[in-house]
Amino acid sequence: MRVARRQLALAAALAFVGSTSASAAETVKIGAALSTTGAAAVYGATQRNGILLAADEINRSGELSGVKLEVLVEDDGSSKEQGINVFQRFINRDRVSVILGPTLSTTATAADPLAQAARVPVLAVSNTSPKGITDIGNYIWRVSLTEQQVIPGALRRAKDRLDFKTAAVLFGNDDVFTKAGYDVMKKALDDLGVKTLGTQTFAKPDRDYNAQLTALKALGPDILLVSALADNASAIAIQARQLGYKGPIMGGNGFNSPAFIKNAGTAAEGVLVGTSWNSASPDLSNQRFIAAMRAKGVDPDQFAAQAYTGVYVIAEAIKLAGNKGGRGDIVAGLAKVKDLPTPLGRFSFTASRDGQHEPALQEAKGGKFVIVQ
Amino acid sequence: MGQQVINGLFLGSIYALFALGYTLVFGVLDMLNLAHQAVFMLCAFVALSLVGFLHLHILVAFPVSVAAAGLLGVVIERVAFRPLRGRTSSNISGLISSLAVATIFESIALGVWGPDVSRFPFHTVPERQLHLGGAVIQELQLVIIGVSVVMMVALTVLLRRTHLGRQIRAVAESGLAARVLGVDVDRVIAASFFISSALGGAAGVLFGLAFNSISPDVGRSVELKGLAVIIVGGMGSMPGAVAAGFALGLLEVFTVARFGSSYRDAVSFAALFVVLLARPRGLFGAAPSRVA
Repeated sequence: MRVARRQLALAAALAFVGSTSASAAETVKIGAALSTTGAAAVYGATQRNGILLAADEINRSGELSGVKLEVLVEDDGSSKEQGINVFQRFINRDRVSVILGPTLSTTATAADPLAQAARVPVLAVSNTSPKGITDIGNYIWRVSLTEQQVIPGALRRAKDRLDFKTAAVLFGNDDVFTKAGYDVMKKALDDLGVKTLGTQTFAKPDRDYNAQLTALKALGPDILLVSALADNASAIAIQARQLGYKGPIMGGNGFNSPAFIKNAGTAAEGVLVGTSWNSASPDLSNQRFIAAMRAKGVDPDQFAAQAYTGVYVIAEAIKLAGNKGGRGDIVAGLAKVKDLPTPLGRFSFTASRDGQHEPALQEAKGGKFVIVQ
Repeated sequence: MGQQVINGLFLGSIYALFALGYTLVFGVLDMLNLAHQAVFMLCAFVALSLVGFLHLHILVAFPVSVAAAGLLGVVIERVAFRPLRGRTSSNISGLISSLAVATIFESIALGVWGPDVSRFPFHTVPERQLHLGGAVIQELQLVIIGVSVVMMVALTVLLRRTHLGRQIRAVAESGLAARVLGVDVDRVIAASFFISSALGGAAGVLFGLAFNSISPDVGRSVELKGLAVIIVGGMGSMPGAVAAGFALGLLEVFTVARFGSSYRDAVSFAALFVVLLARPRGLFGAAPSRVA
């Protein structure tokens, strides 16, 4: 009897342990602040695909035992104001464990300080401005390479190939991201000993770039560098070709979108872009990512790859924190992420919480981007 | 240099085209219809859908979408202006309600066509170019410059020489007096809105064809410049709108070429300021014909 009672107690205790670990299938909320409308809408849509795919894969594989990821996607409208609203909702109402995004650096500079103050970790998956993102504080991390990391490498490869000696630059001066891209281009050109013959600017709502392009073309540069968002980028490429500019064009990160090629048509042909995602990489995780995206009927791009990687980095952080998904756990876990295999390559963080992996150079050819080996 | 003159004339013709329809209602009837830019945008989208989805030829899609824009104008007048007419400061309340209509139109465009930049299919218009010395000009650019001048002449003739034009001017002078003389004021104003919006729509389609980037907020970039052009040209003056459009386009282009694009808006709005100081009625503005 006594034995039986003891066994019963043990069984009950075991049942109790079992039920806690089952019901403690703890849900970790991830808030994704993405620009699904506004100037950056083309990026937001593809980021969303990448994030949802990754969360789905992780939940199904059960690799996070006892933890289930739940993704909440909200539109930041490509604007600071709406970005701040979305962050406040995530932090106070939804009480998410970690925030992915926002899409634009400009929005991040305004919204990220709220998360830092509330001690909610943020993982940026597309912010490329070298300044004003991760230096906000120790809760702000990023997957995306900065323009500072991508452009100099890509420009060096382009110079090896085309051997240009002079350049002209056109950039959007009303956006943190395009302005930062310009600063890096300028420095990279100087470092490579390429002479900048002229510089012109435009603003996001502009549709007509003929005056700027005519002035730059008249200087006779060997290459035209452009730092612009995709919407402006395609129109700039078209108008440059219509004005009879025949030299090479190299774009900043904003050109990195299938929408650019679709809207620019034949004018996109030959345009060079640095990229932090080497789509041609034969790495297993990259090939799996591409196949999974295609199976969903979407063409993967760099923004999808970075967003997808972002979710896997969070999952790894949760794992490294002992399968715990609190706000503090995730920050502690992020600090330990090292050489994680992702579609972007082996991923680690730098000491300043920025992403670190190998960039590549690509060229628009026959309607899509092809990696220049 | 030659290329920049062409760039300036082309940019100016876009401003002029937008301003021509705008000034018929704003300059002549003294009603500021802030939904004009939304009609400009919607008409471009309608033409885009006719060409992109129904595969109509642009020469068919153009008149159809322009007629649709005209009807939108009648709707705007009926919904945003007519119910308020006769109240005190009805032009101001009409301004506010037309702003609401603009917001509704933009939301419709967002819902139907999405926030992304859309473009006409490639080769909707022949992409032929002319070379003048070192300068390049697209055939379409020539057409647009020509259309803006032709529209200006047609509108001036309409206002000065036709029965409708006389009625419009009579209504502008005094709605009450016109009504006493047997003019159907509501019909005349509706007709003005039809013509104005049809012109705005035509400008939108040509803009969409020329720049190949149409988005729900595309009208906003030309709206302010269009207003500036109307005021510099002189309220209600068609030749003034076109001349001021070309002047603003050339000024912007040469500012960019000489001082860099950062100074563009500073120089053009400074010029607007100077014109308003020196000639408050604008370049072609007539002296007031009556004492208020």
